[in-house]
Amino acid sequence: MKYEIILTVNGVAYPVEVDAHASLLHTVRDQVGLTGSKEGCDDSECGACMMLIDGRPVNSCSYLACQADGAEIITVEGLAPGDDLTPLQSAFLAEGGVQCGFCTPGMLISATALLAANPEPTPDEIRVGLSGNLCRCTGYDGIVRAVSKVARG
Amino acid sequence: MGATYTTASSVEDAVAAMAAGARPVAGGTDLVVGARQGKKPLPQALVGIHKIPGLDGIGESDGGLVLGALVTHSALVSHPIVRGRFTGLADASAIVGSHATRANGTIGGNLMNASPAMDTGAPLLCMGATVELAGPGGRRTIGLDELWAGPGQLSASADELLVSVNIPAPSPGTGSAYVRLQYRRQMEIAVVGAAAVVTLGGGAVMDARIAITALAPTIHRVPDAEAALVGGPPDEARVDAAAAAAAAAARPIGDVRASVEYRRAMAVVMARRAIMTAVARASGQDMAIPASDSTYGS
Repeated sequence: MKYEIILTVNGVAYPVEVDAHASLLHTVRDQVGLTGSKEGCDDSECGACMMLIDGRPVNSCSYLACQADGAEIITVEGLAPGDDLTPLQSAFLAEGGVQCGFCTPGMLISATALLAANPEPTPDEIRVGLSGNLCRCTGYDGIVRAVSKVARG
Repeated sequence: MGATYTTASSVEDAVAAMAAGARPVAGGTDLVVGARQGKKPLPQALVGIHKIPGLDGIGESDGGLVLGALVTHSALVSHPIVRGRFTGLADASAIVGSHATRANGTIGGNLMNASPAMDTGAPLLCMGATVELAGPGGRRTIGLDELWAGPGQLSASADELLVSVNIPAPSPGTGSAYVRLQYRRQMEIAVVGAAAVVTLGGGAVMDARIAITALAPTIHRVPDAEAALVGGPPDEARVDAAAAAAAAAARPIGDVRASVEYRRAMAVVMARRAIMTAVARASGQDMAIPASDSTYGS
């Protein structure tokens, strides 16, 4: 059975038609057309698909699109307008927090949620706040430095 | 007709859908994640309960707490009364999954999933928590010890929805703690766990509740361990006897995460840490939350 729902992604309402079991991630990538959020593990281990739903960080691969009907969804594309970067995104670049880039959208979403809840996290709190976001390139230090830099700012 | 999904706008809506065969979904951190992992396919009929108003509150009642079914682990661990007087629950909610699990996973889902390794179960059991279930025939309240029937098995029927968790007021001089064996601090499931709620009076243990996690088909209290701790000062001999009794009650499985022997050996360690942390808190000492992290490696 198909359901007509409205996904409000980065402030824009997208009417979409989905199956009951459709994931939010696949719906946003395939129907809304925003491919910044990645599918890594597809079972909430890696965090590459992280989105904010009404401000909460959510592994969108394991979240039903139907449940997000009417919610405010933010993906990496919506963190800053146009080609601008948020201070956090700039810090990731400056501190070497990006290598292949696959984990970066999820890292940025988790770090954004962390800083909203705790504007001055300690390095340990940053590591806890990014647990569930896996990076196989950077060794994490550059990512933690980037978040620390913004937290101190 | 394929899979179906509806959104419940009230408890009655949800119960009606469940009576017709739908399974409830809130944060989805067990149901949907489990399906993605291939453990069990998603149910053909789903009812979203995440928008039911009034189920996401943490309220005080005669010194106790009433938790709505949709209260998240993040909400629990950041709540000052939970941290201050129901600290063992904060210990548990602080280490469930990842930050994203805690932002979405609910107390109702955690308890109704009936995993013998769930973190919140042992502290709530020791605190004497009851749950209110709503079904087609009305509502009933049962103790947590009556709720779980086995791994993933409930005494509740499939058309009963957990509505709230009620935790009675702790006596003065009470401290609580939950500690688990973990190979990593986050994104982990308890290998072995233990909770303790200890009430001190005049330097002696007046009351003790001790429960074990991931050591039996269900989380359960250990009366022998409780009896060993009560009746005198919480000295080393008493704590050791209680921890040993807790471990003696273990009936663990061996799996990819730990052997039967290792779980047995660690049961006594986790029980001792939980008891000692609860005693310290009962004496007014400020012990870090989550207790699992601060005692890790000791």
